[in-house]
Amino acid sequence: MRTLDALITDSPVFADLEHHELELIAGCAKNVGFEAGDRLFREGDPADTFFLVRHGLVALEQYVPNRGVLTVDTAGPGEIVGWSWLVPPHRWQLSARAVEQTRAVEFDGACLRDKCAADTDLGYRLLTRISSELVSVLTAARLQLADVYGNGDH
Amino acid sequence: MTPLAYRVERKRRETAGTWTLDLEPVGEAIDPIRPGQFTMLYLFGVGEVPISSSGDPALDGRLVHTIRAAGAVTRGLCAANPGDVVGVRGPFGNTWPLELARGKDVVVVAGGIGLPPLRPAIYHVLGNREEYGNLVLLYGGRSPTELVFRQEVERWRARLDASVEVTVDTAGHDWRGRVGVVTKLIPRAPFDPGNAVAMIVGPEIMMRFAAQTLLERGMPVESVFVSMERTMRCGVGLCGHCQLGPTLICRDGPVYRWDEIAPLLEVQEL
Amino acid sequence: MAETLAAADLDALLDALRGRGYRIVGPVLADGTIGHGELSSAADLPAGWTDEQGPASYRVAPRDDDALFGYAVGPQSWKGELLPARVRLWQARRENGGLAVEEEQPDIEPTAFVGVRPCELAAIAIQDEVFLGGRFVDRDYAARRADVFLVAVDCGSPSELCFCTSLGTGPGASEGFDLALTELLEGEHRFLVRAGSPAGEAVLAELPTRPASRDDVDAAGLVTATAARAMDGRFDADGVHDLLLRNLESPVWDEVASRCLTCGNCTLVCPTCFCTHVEDTSSLDGARAGRERVWDTCFSVRYAEMHGGNTRPSPRARYRQWLTHKLATWEDQFGTSGCVGCGRCIAWCPVGIDIRAEVAAIRAEEDIHAHA
Repeated sequence: MRTLDALITDSPVFADLEHHELELIAGCAKNVGFEAGDRLFREGDPADTFFLVRHGLVALEQYVPNRGVLTVDTAGPGEIVGWSWLVPPHRWQLSARAVEQTRAVEFDGACLRDKCAADTDLGYRLLTRISSELVSVLTAARLQLADVYGNGDH
Repeated sequence: MTPLAYRVERKRRETAGTWTLDLEPVGEAIDPIRPGQFTMLYLFGVGEVPISSSGDPALDGRLVHTIRAAGAVTRGLCAANPGDVVGVRGPFGNTWPLELARGKDVVVVAGGIGLPPLRPAIYHVLGNREEYGNLVLLYGGRSPTELVFRQEVERWRARLDASVEVTVDTAGHDWRGRVGVVTKLIPRAPFDPGNAVAMIVGPEIMMRFAAQTLLERGMPVESVFVSMERTMRCGVGLCGHCQLGPTLICRDGPVYRWDEIAPLLEVQEL
Repeated sequence: MAETLAAADLDALLDALRGRGYRIVGPVLADGTIGHGELSSAADLPAGWTDEQGPASYRVAPRDDDALFGYAVGPQSWKGELLPARVRLWQARRENGGLAVEEEQPDIEPTAFVGVRPCELAAIAIQDEVFLGGRFVDRDYAARRADVFLVAVDCGSPSELCFCTSLGTGPGASEGFDLALTELLEGEHRFLVRAGSPAGEAVLAELPTRPASRDDVDAAGLVTATAARAMDGRFDADGVHDLLLRNLESPVWDEVASRCLTCGNCTLVCPTCFCTHVEDTSSLDGARAGRERVWDTCFSVRYAEMHGGNTRPSPRARYRQWLTHKLATWEDQFGTSGCVGCGRCIAWCPVGIDIRAEVAAIRAEEDIHAHA
């Protein structure tokens, strides 16, 4: 059974941080579990947490009038769900739901923001890694948007 | 080279616009077609298109092609019925590096209609399982209804000796699988980048991103292979159409090692 | 061993060829150009005519002598004979639950090409490599090429556009011919004749020639040396392969594209351009089908069409494709340059794009940036 500080290294955001930094961050984290169909968060609600999926699958959903609920992205083991804790107004842009039974590490965003403000070196290191992960996410999202499998008829 | 007559034995609908035809020679047959190769399929009186083999290389004689209806010839081929006769020239092109991959993990990354040209390689690995390490299939499509070989992919996923992940770009509420681009599946796929061979087929932009992600994971560039596509008319290096810079895809490809083809893909409209 | 043939005796050569069953094609003046036509005698040759060529300009003009081959090259090249613009490949019928496919057996007569310029010999050799040198041989080209007798004529009157010396393809014929003639106009109007093959030797033996004198040989050397000197410095071919492939995003391409009409004239007149496409046809009742091979051009907007898209839609990309193929990637594909320096593409381009100037512009543009 791995401890939290070891578990969170599954994500590239935390992967090569120092042991004491991991312990510090783990202090803002806890293990959570969801059954298939459970909602993690709802669009518009206050966003002060984020999740690192350990097992299972989480769907990010957007309700589009006339088309219903669309799954715009999913996060599996090792992937992070939720970025709105980083920037004001700290409100969820999308909703999230467990597609199957899911175990995750939930982080208290406010706690983590406070620790980064107190230890700016840690804050810089963390934000550098978060930025890198966000660039990957953005690149993937853009590729998804390019609809490359389409017939070019749009 | 003139077309040989092949009869449609079976026809299977894969998606709304994609069909698989099983063909048997009426008389003379083409040489056995190997994974990665293609034929020029002829629709009587209409024209020819290059189509990769999507069948089991161990099944002699039978030719299997999965075709997306996109133009006059492919629409006509998709409308063909068992008993109809089409023409075949081939086999042309080079093959997937299945010899090189012996003893290594095999990573197959397919996007959309890119899975059919990879299926013969998957069949070969499954049919010679002890010769290869982990078999990983990462398959991305536009939406759940546009995935090909769904039942077969499910059967592969159920195998203990293969790792299969499927993802789509868009999905509704009823899709219980992954959503997002296929490249997201690469970082955590179960293979050893230091001892693997990757084969990628899909839209060019998807192949580029997939190759990049594989390299970022530590795969050497000589272990990553793609299958290229360009307009073809003759299939035999005599008409000039399939040129991409210094290479003729029908003659030097369609399978290319990533380092050979990557610089060419960086030039827009080459 | 060189021989000398009086110009007045040239018909003996044509008769010897005809006697061997050759149909004879050579230069004839028609419709204001010196093109190719069937020769029934030496009287059909464009005696006393030359061509004046410049960018987007071609004119025939009278000479003040009666040289029989006193011009450079006309718009037609020998690819019209070896790679006809339209050729039926096969016909097919539905039959017995299958297809009955009949390959076309082209009706080909042995043909003598008379008046082949050294640059044209090089072009034929280049197309030989494309159609005969690969894993798949072009059946139609091979059949037409098999029984061709080549009578080359050295160049004595290069045009302003000629640059064969820059590419090592002229102005004197060195190989790939059956017979090579050099026209000598000083003193007696005569030809120095060299044989380049056993077939050429055999024909030469039948002609009323005398052994070439020292003067004859020197005069012939002077003809080609003078021609070569006239073409000095017209094209810097140094490292052109790498130069073009290093500069695929040069602004020069955009500049050319603003002038290029993508009409494809250059590909029509170029003696090495070989791109073709196929036309599939069927009878109205659907019972019979056929396929023809027709000349294509990479300038066509449809050339790179591929299921619902186009990998080379812009004129800029198409011009770049043509020139980089001709001068650079041809080498990667077939082992030699694709250009022989005949200058036709320059004369017959309606807007006078000069590939020598374009390459120079790319070189200059690269130099500017290197020193910026």
